[in-house]
Amino acid sequence: MVQFSLNGQTVRSSVPNSTPLLNVLANDLHVNGTKFGCGKAQCNACLVMVDGNPVKSCVAALSTVAGRTVTTLAGMKDGAKPSRLQQAFIDEQAAQCGYCTSGMIIQAQALLDRNPRPTDAEVRTALDGNLCRCGAHNRIVRAVLRAAKEA
Amino acid sequence: MRTPHTNSMSPTRRGFLKTTGYLSLAFSIPLESALSQATDIKPRLPGDLNSTRKLSAWLRINANQTVTLMVGKVELGQGILTAVSQVCADELDIGIQRIQLISGDTALVPNEGVTAGSFSMPNCATAVQYASAEVRAILLGLAAEQLKQPVASLRVQDGKISAANGTSIAYWDLVVGEALNREATGTIKPKPSDLHQYIGRSVQRPDLASKMVGDAIFVHEHRPAGMLFGHLVRPPTYAAKLLSVNTTTAQKMPGVIKVVRNGSFLGVIAKREEQAMAAANALNASAKWQVDKKLPTHEGIFDWLKSTKPNKIIETKNQARAGGAAPSKTVEATYFRPYQMHASIGTSAAIATFGTDGVMLIQTHSQSVFETSIAIAKMLGLEPSKVRCQHMQGAGCYGHNMADDAAADAALLAMSVPGQPVHLQYTREQEHKWEPYGSAMVVQTKAGLDANGNVLDWDLQIWSTPHGTRPSGEPGNLLSARYLEQPFAMPTPINGGPPNYAADRNGIALYDFPGHKVLTHFITEMPLRVSSTRGLGAYGNVFAIESFMDELASAANVDPLAYRLRFLKDERARDVLQKAADKFDWNNWKKTPNRGRGIGFARYKNIAGYCAVALEVEVNPRNGRIRVLRAVASADSGHIVNPDGVSNQIEGGLIQSLSWSLKEEVKFDDTQVLSTDWNSYPILTFSEIPPVEVVLINRPGAPFLGTGEASQGPTGAALANAVFDATGVRFRRLPLTPERVKQGLAKA
Repeated sequence: MVQFSLNGQTVRSSVPNSTPLLNVLANDLHVNGTKFGCGKAQCNACLVMVDGNPVKSCVAALSTVAGRTVTTLAGMKDGAKPSRLQQAFIDEQAAQCGYCTSGMIIQAQALLDRNPRPTDAEVRTALDGNLCRCGAHNRIVRAVLRAAKEA
Repeated sequence: MRTPHTNSMSPTRRGFLKTTGYLSLAFSIPLESALSQATDIKPRLPGDLNSTRKLSAWLRINANQTVTLMVGKVELGQGILTAVSQVCADELDIGIQRIQLISGDTALVPNEGVTAGSFSMPNCATAVQYASAEVRAILLGLAAEQLKQPVASLRVQDGKISAANGTSIAYWDLVVGEALNREATGTIKPKPSDLHQYIGRSVQRPDLASKMVGDAIFVHEHRPAGMLFGHLVRPPTYAAKLLSVNTTTAQKMPGVIKVVRNGSFLGVIAKREEQAMAAANALNASAKWQVDKKLPTHEGIFDWLKSTKPNKIIETKNQARAGGAAPSKTVEATYFRPYQMHASIGTSAAIATFGTDGVMLIQTHSQSVFETSIAIAKMLGLEPSKVRCQHMQGAGCYGHNMADDAAADAALLAMSVPGQPVHLQYTREQEHKWEPYGSAMVVQTKAGLDANGNVLDWDLQIWSTPHGTRPSGEPGNLLSARYLEQPFAMPTPINGGPPNYAADRNGIALYDFPGHKVLTHFITEMPLRVSSTRGLGAYGNVFAIESFMDELASAANVDPLAYRLRFLKDERARDVLQKAADKFDWNNWKKTPNRGRGIGFARYKNIAGYCAVALEVEVNPRNGRIRVLRAVASADSGHIVNPDGVSNQIEGGLIQSLSWSLKEEVKFDDTQVLSTDWNSYPILTFSEIPPVEVVLINRPGAPFLGTGEASQGPTGAALANAVFDATGVRFRRLPLTPERVKQGLAKA
């Protein structure tokens, strides 16, 4: 039995410890946003925040989050409203298909948490491991800079 | 993005005979009766209204103060549903939030064929525009009767119809009854653009807001009760046969419900996703395959294309020059485009349930729900009406990817567990190795020039495998159907003809040359699986045409922009080129060492959106690395419905094309595909992406022109042209990787 905090609520899972965190989140706890992209830690579509750090949930075993705090897109909201960063993504229409969006927002939030006023280049470096295929990169960078500016 | 066959412009023999039949009939019976009998001579209606003519098939007015809009085109991440909603809201005079959209459910919406080929704006949005305008007129007529006021005195705001005398009634309070259950006439003209509230505005996409906060919206987030999980074991390569496999061990593994084997199709269903994966891995470990080694390899593919007997040699254009002097000089060049992937960030997925009512229900992100449902029905031996596909969003779709295969595979698994939904999502390796790629191409150009370097004779030849193997109602186009115990043979693909073309899409340059020939060597043998990939042949052809124009300009010692304008009569084409050049500040740009500028242009398919791209690059001569410093694109998509949507498509296409052109090539040896993940098939990342400026040219009142594929071709050429400007070396083989550039510079 593994217990952890998911978006502010305590959850328990009794599946084997080695189960990928992503499967527990998506299939058992019905978390949306967090996506399977590669299963090989190459694309960052599956990022979630664990104790404030981005973690690749496709390769992280369930047991690694025991007693820790996991945050996904839904948990980043400001009450019922989108967070400042999420709102900036909406305002900039910073996606096309939006499949990579969850990982982008998690990674960008982690950047803003440690560097509240990043430069354009710093945003690009921070997001370099997050793949986007639609070509929404510049919009995503603008969204992160906008959120930083509005903070 | 293949042309749906319903859009064929060429009269079929059958159609011709029918028409002829009607003419002779008309002589013998009264005209009115002939008209009512001959279905072929109905007036042509705008867009897809022509094939689905009943207004009630598109629109419903609901008592709960909403309007249901039903469309056959689907959201692929391109924002199309927002754009058609804008059109509907304006023509119906309602707030856009009142629209309830149903899209891509084969049981509920008009059959609009495939969502592809940049056809959704011209065909779907135009149909919605005219249907909405006509429904509004019908509702006004009903209101006029009820209010006993002349139609001309009525005004509408957000569905509320008011008369000059102060009386009013809302759409939802009218007794509509059967009033919409009739065919459109197409006679109600849409509004003039100055009355638009939504068209022309960058209305935000409602689906994006949901995606930003983690609301369920993707097919991957659809979780019907009791859902099981499937996984497949694919062969090591295309030409492979399953000789033996130990199913007993897998069958006993935790959570396994069933191992499904049908010929060389092998899969497993389990209670949990990781259990299905573990069982699939166990099956894979024990599977023995007979494998053929016969692929030409990625290094040998271009020789293979040139030496393989084509299924057809097509005269795409044959315009001989009318007399005149012989050219004073002839030049030629050959360009190469490798196989490239769609490579969506999400792998393809589907959920299938074989219901107790005998209906196979499939949630899918297919572009072609109608034709795919028919292909799946045939594969499963079910009546076509017994397979229902419901479109749900998937990861970005840039052509015929594996969405249809996932739908078919989920259905194959679901057949063995009736009543239970089966979820299937491919692994990254399965998606990378098995998706249908954009075809490799060789394009050879030859020009006869006059003494001033002007083109007299233009001669272009294309060697390509197919660009369209969509399901099209044929099970043999579904990957797994070819591996079943009773396999379905893959039909021989055809090359779509005018006006859209396929391998030869944009093979005809838009320039006015006195002599102009295009010959297409259409090869239907397929070493690697191929199908429609954003732009089809246009990417390779425009790369060749626009690179060659640059070479000719350089040889004539003329500015490449000025050289193009010499041969371009189409005013909108000239305008789009000039706008890109102006924004780039082409005339004032100063050359510095290792830096260069390049421009590329095309009108997509020569009938859709116009686009020009200008780039500035810096080439590092030591390592051959190209840095794109900035990009400018201009686009004319006719009347713009959603400027931000158009801009997003143009910029996204440009960046994707830069990724193709700088990095992407499917690698394969004599046996199998070697590009199996993001390390072996890298794509462009944030730190490599230039700032992009997009200039839009709006043409109010002009037809909507498709945009989604317009920037792919011009970008690849602009890149090669900029690299030439920077280095003096011409690169004719894509992609322009650092190794290739370094080698090219060393040879020069």
